[in-house]
Amino acid sequence: MIDFKHVTKEYGDTVALEDATIHIDQGDFVFLVGPTGAGKSTFIKLISKELEPDSGEIIVAGKELSKMSNREIPIHRRDIGMVFQDFKLLDNKTVFENVAFAMEIVHCSRRTINRQVPQMLSVMGIEDKANNFPQELSAGEQQRVAIARAIINNPRILIADEPTGNLDPDTAWEIMELINTINRRGTTVVMVTHAKDIVNRMGKRVVAIDRGRIVRDNRGGEYGYDD
Amino acid sequence: MIKSALYSIKQAFKQMFRNKGMTFASIFAITAMMLILSLFLFLSVNVEYLTETVKNQFGTIEVFLLDETSKDQAENMIVSFKEMDGVEDAVYVSKEQAMEEFKIRWGDNAYLLNGLTENPLPNAIRITLSDLNSGDIIARFCATVQGVEDVRFYRDEVGKVVRISNIIQRGALVVIAFLVIISIVVVSNTIKLTVMARENEITIMKYIGATNWFIRGPMFFEGIIIGLISAAVSVGLSSLIYVRLCKVLGDQAFRLFSTQLVMPQFLITNIVWIFLALGISIGACGSIISMRRYLKA
Repeated sequence: MIDFKHVTKEYGDTVALEDATIHIDQGDFVFLVGPTGAGKSTFIKLISKELEPDSGEIIVAGKELSKMSNREIPIHRRDIGMVFQDFKLLDNKTVFENVAFAMEIVHCSRRTINRQVPQMLSVMGIEDKANNFPQELSAGEQQRVAIARAIINNPRILIADEPTGNLDPDTAWEIMELINTINRRGTTVVMVTHAKDIVNRMGKRVVAIDRGRIVRDNRGGEYGYDD
Repeated sequence: MIKSALYSIKQAFKQMFRNKGMTFASIFAITAMMLILSLFLFLSVNVEYLTETVKNQFGTIEVFLLDETSKDQAENMIVSFKEMDGVEDAVYVSKEQAMEEFKIRWGDNAYLLNGLTENPLPNAIRITLSDLNSGDIIARFCATVQGVEDVRFYRDEVGKVVRISNIIQRGALVVIAFLVIISIVVVSNTIKLTVMARENEITIMKYIGATNWFIRGPMFFEGIIIGLISAAVSVGLSSLIYVRLCKVLGDQAFRLFSTQLVMPQFLITNIVWIFLALGISIGACGSIISMRRYLKA
């Protein structure tokens, strides 16, 4: 599903990613760990084609990104659901509208939207918040809205950038269970995290990046170091 | 295609309504600019019109005849004048006709002329020039013809009027160009503020996979709608101003230049189209320009 072949990305003198080669299968669940500034964010920005690599080849969902025209980027991004630490919800839209927004972008009909959004909200356990604004929700609820928005168009890949970073441990676990459910339905998950307990308890594949290099990649791995 | 355009328009209205303050500020700014613009446009058009009238009025040579010159002699003169280069037409104006014209020009004060016991005006031949430059030669020739008392040709006066009107025209043009530039800057700044306020939204839209036109569409229509509203308001206001101006200044202008101001109906129908086009393009350009930065992949 995601293939990096000898990918290097530099910002001036700093090397963000150096000769990275990795293969992530469809349905994989990958934790991306490593110190701040190690190149984790660069890694996921390369997947969504927010950044261009200096050298190497990146293939996502069967498409080689360097051969993709600007016109195709939006279509490519619809294959990827994104979840962020700060949720990135639109404050002036209700919960319903925030999720519906993602469907409007792909020109779904009103009827489909009105049918699917409540369904998704109830899967996320926030069906009663549909008409609330994000500011009226708890952090955990906001992240649920963000996840609902990320997966409503059935993307093949879910990228989560420290999704539990702003949550207390219990809420973090609820979110992790949701993401795990999504993964079990067949969605490939790449999650950047600093949460040691979560990584250790989930027992998924762990890829460690340090100073731009992939230093470790093992299944059923542990967080492996102290921050 | 139509569906997404409709979606954009709907979103545009929603956004305008949610950002009432910003919408109002933009409309106010553009309307103000257009109003000032319209005043200069009125000035420019009227000066142009005035100059044309003056040129026509004074692009003539008046050949005053001696009282003893007969009508037949005058007719002969007309035939010979008409053969000259630069002469478009030559007509005989009897002293009675001249008096009538005088009375019209004096308007309300014409009763003063009634006191005259005898018509003091001479018979005349009025030569219309097709080429102002040959006026001098023709005027000099006319003066030598027998039976002619005096020749009047207002070459210098016409030249002065044309020069002054050119200066005013050019000044107005500079001011208009200046105002258009200012209004584009103001509009693109206002829209830039809207876009900046929505930077977050644009980022999110891009993450979800919105195409550039999906993002641009609503703002594009927002610009156009704001432009249209401003155009409508400023056309309405400037029409009102012009109609009033004509009422107040119309008589004065007539007395001073013996010509009317340009008809309000004529000017307003033209201004409607100019302003609608201007409003739409200011709005559309403003929004496209100010969004460009945010839409690079």
